[in-house]
Amino acid sequence: MIFFDKVSKIYSPTSAALKNVTVRILPKEFVSVVGSSGAGKSTLLKLLIAEERPTEGRIFLDGDEVSALSYRELPRVRRRIGSIFQDFKLLRDKTAYENIAFAMEAAGRDPKEIEEDVPQVLDLVGLSDKAYHFPHELSGGEKQRVAIARAFVNQPDVITADEPTGNLDPVNTWEIIELLTKINELGTTVILATHNKEIVDWLSRRVITIDKGELIRDEQKGTYIL
Amino acid sequence: MLGTQIKRMCKTSWLSLIRNGWLATATVLVMTLVLSMIGGLLLLSVVANTILADLKGKIDISVYFFPATEEQGIMAVKKSIEGLREVREVGYVSQVQALDEFRERHKDDAVILSSIDELDANPLEATLNIRANTPEDLAFIAGYLKDKNYPIVDKINYFENQRVIDRLSSVLASIKSVGLVMVLALAFVAILVAFNAIRLAIFTAREEIGIMRLVGASSWYIRGPFLLSGMLHGMFAAVLTSLMFYGVIWIVSPKVAFLLPQMDLFGYFQSSFIQFLGVLLAAGVLLGGTSSFIAIRRYLKV
Repeated sequence: MIFFDKVSKIYSPTSAALKNVTVRILPKEFVSVVGSSGAGKSTLLKLLIAEERPTEGRIFLDGDEVSALSYRELPRVRRRIGSIFQDFKLLRDKTAYENIAFAMEAAGRDPKEIEEDVPQVLDLVGLSDKAYHFPHELSGGEKQRVAIARAFVNQPDVITADEPTGNLDPVNTWEIIELLTKINELGTTVILATHNKEIVDWLSRRVITIDKGELIRDEQKGTYIL
Repeated sequence: MLGTQIKRMCKTSWLSLIRNGWLATATVLVMTLVLSMIGGLLLLSVVANTILADLKGKIDISVYFFPATEEQGIMAVKKSIEGLREVREVGYVSQVQALDEFRERHKDDAVILSSIDELDANPLEATLNIRANTPEDLAFIAGYLKDKNYPIVDKINYFENQRVIDRLSSVLASIKSVGLVMVLALAFVAILVAFNAIRLAIFTAREEIGIMRLVGASSWYIRGPFLLSGMLHGMFAAVLTSLMFYGVIWIVSPKVAFLLPQMDLFGYFQSSFIQFLGVLLAAGVLLGGTSSFIAIRRYLKV
């Protein structure tokens, strides 16, 4: 379970990215976080992976207080969270296969495991035939699927996706969303930050709406309302 | 498991060196300069200590007696010196012996031999060679002889040797301190250069670092390769310097042997090559490690 307990993040005295946000996310949930640009969606995700520390409040991932972990303990928690971004963040000089293997290596996995798992996860995202393509040889949607495979390969409990379809055309957008729901059905919590109304309405899952840093709506089968 | 991680880190640091090849080369060369200074100082003190020890072993006091001095008088002086506690040994070389030794030394030189024969009297002086227990005692013995002011004594040649030794010691001491200052100054430059090399390597690898953090790589897994490549710079420099010294000493050694017959520089270097390499490796790793440690602390946030 993820628990944001009265969390505030203040970058400068005049602007607060998050104000006193309290949210509970249960295992295997699919949660969309919506809000206009700059509302604080990304900040929420960054706080969860401890990329940022909250100014006030506490953040828990199951038994761990993420917001209070030392640098030594952080990697253990980060391995339980897979992250996906709008700009994919793939390594240009590595093939799709190598990009995924790189993440497994960094997480300290065995060479044998890597050999077994990478083809499997490439199959899951439907890119078995493009394993040895470099990012510049892939379409935007394919790149994002490699990124999802990379986030998923270390078997995280949670996947955070920050505007994963922001750079994609409608067809690719739907492929990515379908993939995320598939991963969610396999038992992984998914937190999707987006401002795509169509997606949110189609998903008809839990929606958390943030406006100017404040949580203004939290509905179990929500739609995109601003 | 740990082995796999270490292997991966070694691979990463090696790739980082290759990726930043020119900068790595420049860094290694600057470090080579520092290590050469250190190596040069090391060798210099070995050579200097050999020379000084040799000179100190050789210093004795030679007392020269005027030609045609009665042997009796000389023996009396010898006896009185032998009574001193500071004296270890007194050797007597008579005028005849001195001449024989002289002839022996110049037996291939017909000109010198014939000119000696031309002379009526033996021009060489009888000597007493006095060895002391310690070099410090020599001053006392010389003072004693001077006080006695024997009329048959022509000259006492202790003071000249001492002056040479003193001068040599002070020259060596100042070379060493100037060298040390230069080593420190160069080491500072080397650390700066290596620091920048690592900083640039971190910058080049920022995307990889970001992803490693994201997927939960441990901080030593991320930082290790950069620390390692810093140390690798130093190791390459140490090996390069040692090989350079090997070559240079091989060429220079015969010339040194000509000046200092008791010094087999190349032989000495060969026999202590491992220690030499070890000292340079330690210095190189320290230099490279320090600079990459500083760079990592400043620029690699985990």
